[in-house]
Amino acid sequence: MTKVFTRPEALNDVELHYCPGCTHGIIHRLVAEAIDELGIIGQTIGVASVGCSVFSYNYFGCDMEQAAHGRAPAVATGIKRALPDRVVFTYQGDGDLAAIGTAETVHAASRGENITVIFVNNGVYGMTGGQMAPTTLAGQVTQTSPYGRDVKTQGYPLRVCELLAQTEGAAFLARTAVDNVKHIREAKAAIKKAFTYQLEGRGFSLVEVLSACPTYWALPPAEAMKRLGGEVLDYYPLGVYKDKGAETDEK
Amino acid sequence: MAKVTFREDRCKGCELCTTVCPKHIVQMAKDRLNKKGFHPAEVVKQEECIGCAFCATICPDTVIEVEK
Repeated sequence: MTKVFTRPEALNDVELHYCPGCTHGIIHRLVAEAIDELGIIGQTIGVASVGCSVFSYNYFGCDMEQAAHGRAPAVATGIKRALPDRVVFTYQGDGDLAAIGTAETVHAASRGENITVIFVNNGVYGMTGGQMAPTTLAGQVTQTSPYGRDVKTQGYPLRVCELLAQTEGAAFLARTAVDNVKHIREAKAAIKKAFTYQLEGRGFSLVEVLSACPTYWALPPAEAMKRLGGEVLDYYPLGVYKDKGAETDEK
Repeated sequence: MAKVTFREDRCKGCELCTTVCPKHIVQMAKDRLNKKGFHPAEVVKQEECIGCAFCATICPDTVIEVEK
């Protein structure tokens, strides 16, 4: 008998601190599998963000750095410019990337920094207790929108991939999800492609992974996955928003 | 024949694996608790397992190993 599924080597054999059913664990594993399959564990440097995923530096087997809130793309820029032969990625949530870190994200993409961003979007601030994030859906109840997000006063949820698709420097932008096995496999393929683009020096790559937060969506994990596959996917369509490789290879 | 192994002490009882098994042979062990205090997931009819690894793919805590 051969092992067809086991823990990737790039994921440390430690217990994750995440809540039951939190999809961070799945996404951690996908990133680790991509690192293993490309054989880049020795040359990879990750940048952890602030949020639930702050402890990701304990979980990834590669070198890790911790950035200030939202500043992971700026820190990754510094690392990549100082050590251009390394593969540099950031692992950020939506409260980190799409709120306090919007400027860093947009400008890293605009400059075409040769880094990879893993953007985990669950629509709430998980670590601080489930407050409304820029990505919270209209009408969604959170700690700070107890009557549901009212777009008249609190604005509309931000679609990051569509926003960044307009920047010239972005080479690969994809939105994926982890609500079912098919989407999980597609997410892994997208993450692997983003790392491959970085190895080829094509420029900025970002993979958005739509994720569930059972605790602050106040749903059992299986129900949270159904909501993710339903109303969340309706507002945030899956797909590849920019693929410079495909565009230039065709020409 | 395929074999799945659950590392029960790492299981947080989220039940996601039970929702994706095409053979419906993954269940929660309601008769016992693991050291975290959750009912862990288990396989009831190992011989029916086809080794698709759907359960392991969706498990957030990498509890499951699949052999084929």
